[in-house]
Amino acid sequence: MGLPILTILIAVPLIAGALCLFVNASSARWIALIATLIDLAIGIYLWTAFDPSGAQWQFTELVKFGAGGITPSWALGIDGIALMLIILSVFLMPICIGASWVAIEKRVPEYMAAFLLMEALMLGVFCAQDLMLFYIFFEGGLIPMFLIIGIWGGAERIKASYKFFLYTFFGSVLMLIAMIYMVSTAGTTSIPKLMAYDFPFDAQKWLWLAFFASFAVKMPMWPVHTWLPDAHVQAPTAGSVILAGVLLKMGGYGFIRFSLPMFPEASEYYIPLVFILSGVAVVYTSLVALAQRDMKKLIAYSSVAHMAFVTFGLFAFNRQGLEGAMMVMLGHGLVSGALFLCVGVIYDRLHTREIARYGGLSDNMPAYALLFMVFTMASVGLPGTSNFVGEFLALVGTYKVSSWAAIVATTGIILGAAYMLYLYWRICYGKLVHADAAAMPDLSAREWWLLGPIAASVFWMGIYPESFLKPMRADIGRLLERVERATPPGDALLTAGKPAAATAHEGAAH
Amino acid sequence: MQLQLQLIVFLPLLAAIIAGLGGRVIGQTASKVVTTGALMIGAVLSWPIFIQFLGAHAQPQVVDVLKFIQSGDLDVNWALRVDALTAVMLVVVTTVSSLVHLYSWGYMSEDPSQPRFFAYLSLFSFAMLMLVTADSLVQMFFGWEGVGLASYLLIGFWYHKPSANAAALKAFVVNRVGDFGFSLGIFGTFLVFGTVSIPAILAAAPGMAGSTIGFAGMRVDTMTLLCLLLFVGACGKSAQLGLHTWLPDAMEGPTPVSALIHAATMVTAGVFMVCRLSPMFETSHTAMTVVTYVGAATCLFAATVGTVQNDIKRVIAYSTCSQLGYMFFAAGVGAYGAAMFHLFTHAFFKALLFLGAGSVIHAMHHEQDMRFYGALRKEIPITFWAMVAGTLAITGVGIFGIGFAGFWSKDAILESSFASGSVHGTVAFYLGAFAALLTSFYSWRLIFLTFFGKPRWAGSEHIQHAVHHVHEEQSEMASDHDSAHDHEVHAKTGTAGYHPHESPWTILVPLVLLSLGAVFAGQIFHEYFVGAEGGEGFWRGSVAFSEHLAHASHEVPFWVTYTPLAVMLIGLAIAYRNYIAKPDAPAAFVAQFPSLHRFLIHKWYFDELYDAIFVRPAMWLGNLLWKKGDEGTIDRFGPHGAAVAVGVGNKLTTRLQSGYVYSYALVMLLGLIGAASWVFWWVR
Repeated sequence: MGLPILTILIAVPLIAGALCLFVNASSARWIALIATLIDLAIGIYLWTAFDPSGAQWQFTELVKFGAGGITPSWALGIDGIALMLIILSVFLMPICIGASWVAIEKRVPEYMAAFLLMEALMLGVFCAQDLMLFYIFFEGGLIPMFLIIGIWGGAERIKASYKFFLYTFFGSVLMLIAMIYMVSTAGTTSIPKLMAYDFPFDAQKWLWLAFFASFAVKMPMWPVHTWLPDAHVQAPTAGSVILAGVLLKMGGYGFIRFSLPMFPEASEYYIPLVFILSGVAVVYTSLVALAQRDMKKLIAYSSVAHMAFVTFGLFAFNRQGLEGAMMVMLGHGLVSGALFLCVGVIYDRLHTREIARYGGLSDNMPAYALLFMVFTMASVGLPGTSNFVGEFLALVGTYKVSSWAAIVATTGIILGAAYMLYLYWRICYGKLVHADAAAMPDLSAREWWLLGPIAASVFWMGIYPESFLKPMRADIGRLLERVERATPPGDALLTAGKPAAATAHEGAAH
Repeated sequence: MQLQLQLIVFLPLLAAIIAGLGGRVIGQTASKVVTTGALMIGAVLSWPIFIQFLGAHAQPQVVDVLKFIQSGDLDVNWALRVDALTAVMLVVVTTVSSLVHLYSWGYMSEDPSQPRFFAYLSLFSFAMLMLVTADSLVQMFFGWEGVGLASYLLIGFWYHKPSANAAALKAFVVNRVGDFGFSLGIFGTFLVFGTVSIPAILAAAPGMAGSTIGFAGMRVDTMTLLCLLLFVGACGKSAQLGLHTWLPDAMEGPTPVSALIHAATMVTAGVFMVCRLSPMFETSHTAMTVVTYVGAATCLFAATVGTVQNDIKRVIAYSTCSQLGYMFFAAGVGAYGAAMFHLFTHAFFKALLFLGAGSVIHAMHHEQDMRFYGALRKEIPITFWAMVAGTLAITGVGIFGIGFAGFWSKDAILESSFASGSVHGTVAFYLGAFAALLTSFYSWRLIFLTFFGKPRWAGSEHIQHAVHHVHEEQSEMASDHDSAHDHEVHAKTGTAGYHPHESPWTILVPLVLLSLGAVFAGQIFHEYFVGAEGGEGFWRGSVAFSEHLAHASHEVPFWVTYTPLAVMLIGLAIAYRNYIAKPDAPAAFVAQFPSLHRFLIHKWYFDELYDAIFVRPAMWLGNLLWKKGDEGTIDRFGPHGAAVAVGVGNKLTTRLQSGYVYSYALVMLLGLIGAASWVFWWVR
């Protein structure tokens, strides 16, 4: 075994985070930035070194804790799916540090430490190949998030973190119980082995529900989404970016890593449940977004609607659906992160999230207006931007299984356009009516460095998505093989054509 | 041809990026030169391609550019396809676009954000070219949404105006309703054919005729379903009845935009789509019938509303909507050649009418209400003659094989629909003929109100401002009024001492060139587009051209041939009587039929209806779900309820709210560690 690169990936932010606690504010910022950039470099290396046609699990590491039958172990390894989510995380992290550069003034070293700890844990989630290791990373990641909202958040941060706590805690407990059962039944804590283990159908149903409780909260799916708007509103900008960008993706990752391959029959059994909840989410949260007067809440609700495309795609049980779901996760990670940054840019200047306090910003902030437009259009899924590829594939996949589901889901493109463009209108168009808003300067160089790279990635993913689809292709294929036996038939039931009759008809017409 | 094609499509994109991002650096003039130059190069390169196809010297071909999406069977490339149908669209788009670019040099000369305007125009042209060169439904959708974006940006170009912002939002959202259908159509097509490549779909379509498919719990005819879903998209983009409400409002955009996007090119994308997919539509009789009825109904509806509009741009907007209806019912009866021919000629004469209207508005100091025009014939003669050329074209003046553009294309449509012999074709013929009468009436009404009679300029606030040198707000704010609200206007006659001026050459050159198109386009090209032999040789399978129908349309009865001419003369006569001979007659007519007039002035109450059943309920429901759903139900019984249920409720909440952040973070961490150790212990 060569260099334990995944361990290094996790260790770098962990060590840097510990270091931060012993230095002053300015040094902490630089340490955090450098550490996250090192991780970004490692991520890019992984991307280039990953062999899409090679083994399923690459860069694997294994250190057993003790001997015996069932022993938890430090087992790391990634496939293409995990790889892409790691890239997303390491890409957004330096941007988060940059976004906190001046906005965070109190307890900077602790803040940076919390962020670096979170990065380490998030990466751990995507690298873990041991069930117990996964659980510790998965739940541990909540703690720094929790602190970030609770200490550096807005006026009602306590209430928000309380909600966040209750929801996630509830899901976690159920998942933990399910995991204990699985380990004792299958006799292993290895995720790859569990992915190939066939649980009896009755057990699957219960296990699936237990995992669902946890992942649905993380996603979040309707109706367990109400923690998200509050958490976003109260979190500092960088917290929102990482929450929307990466933490929400853990739910989707959980479904694709656990629910589908480990419980294929149960997943099929619960398709109606998932589709109904997702359908409600699209329509319900889009309408609620339309009525919002707080920028962050609006974008938070839009996240719920977008994540419903992910659940639709995942439970479509076909290639387009699964690849689409992954692309939505990546695209949404970039775009919602960017939108929260856009909110942060003007929040830092005016210290309000109320939409009505802005308006006409195209006049004094043209560069901001341009980038905000790019992300708005990406959010409504305009072709040529990242979100289109994902949404399109996910909906194609959904349609193959259920036309009803696709009809309901596709209404999202109408409502999405309505609430996002209405937001854009109220922020950037119209006249500059408020003197303080009119006095705001355009993007600084630092802000350009935060938003510019995301904009470039949004176009890259929208115009040449092959770079992102290719590493995942083989793994989606393996997953499809695994779930094939449970794949539902779909409601189209297409009959063969009767071209002969048509010709006769045409002949008669002449 | 490969390099040519790439240049035609990608130069405008490059120009848009340069002007849009670098406009501040390179300056206004450079931005205008770059964008206009890109489109002019495009036009110069497009005409030879078109002429090669006319002479049947060119073969259809596809240029692959880049891989796009590959997901299992779904394999899409960025590719540029050119065949006869595309060649027609290439010349239309590049020609009108480059003339509109040139026109904007003059029309927008006082605007402070010209680089942005020109960048948007070029971006639009790029998206439109991607649409017409699409080889797959996905790329067509890319162009489709791209032109929608450009349209949104340009309608809302004067973003200080609330009405412009509202119109832009409305255009985008209503188009999205169409795209909802289009998207489902693409999904369904992929499901049925396993591909989104247009040639592959068209080849396989006849084989699927008569099959059935499950959709939303029903069993329906496969091809009918797919065609109708795609047609919903076409209705949105081409402003057909039901989804037309955005087009008149889109006139909030600068006039060059109206000419390019909302008359000549973008709004015809729906017609283009139906023609491009014509072999698919041919497999479903039901779908064709629906297309015909929707087209004919739109044709009539928009023409009726057009007769009562007072805003010069809105008259032309409704006229556009109506002419698009003609194109659709032509496609619906299977006369794709005629549909495309009308699209082609309409692009020239409608762009001409809009640009002419812009020239009038320019001369009249941003006044758009025709009630304050009159007697402009002598003041702006070149504009006048250009507008007359456009009007002769749209009303279809011509006889015995000599005529203006519309004479050839509109007559071909009416004759084909009659010749099709079907019920829907016959209905469309009568509705279309009646709409032609109305077309003639409102078109001549526009000319008479604007250029003839006595000057009524004194009543206009804009003119008063200009004369009294009252400090104008920005020019963009000037035309902020809504003619739909028929506030009583006490038209004063007189010039108020105002002297309109003819527009600069940058405005007049495009008018003159488009006039040539309006006069000669029909005469020159009719044999290729709609001739029985010529059509077969020109289209060569790029649309489902029916030689049989083309023959039949030349053998319709005598009275059918002369109906368009007759109704044109009747419309002209009514307009002449009401607006020249007896100028008091319209008011008397309104007094006699107030409810009819109210119905028309409110545009058949579509906006009011949609506001009541979609817009308000959506906002109301959003608020309700938020307050009563999320906060009143889910939170109440979810997190808050949970706290109560575990019996620590109030105490815990108060403790937490008093700020012990670390405490529960610690609790959580301890719980986690406890749980983990318990697991390990238990497992062993």
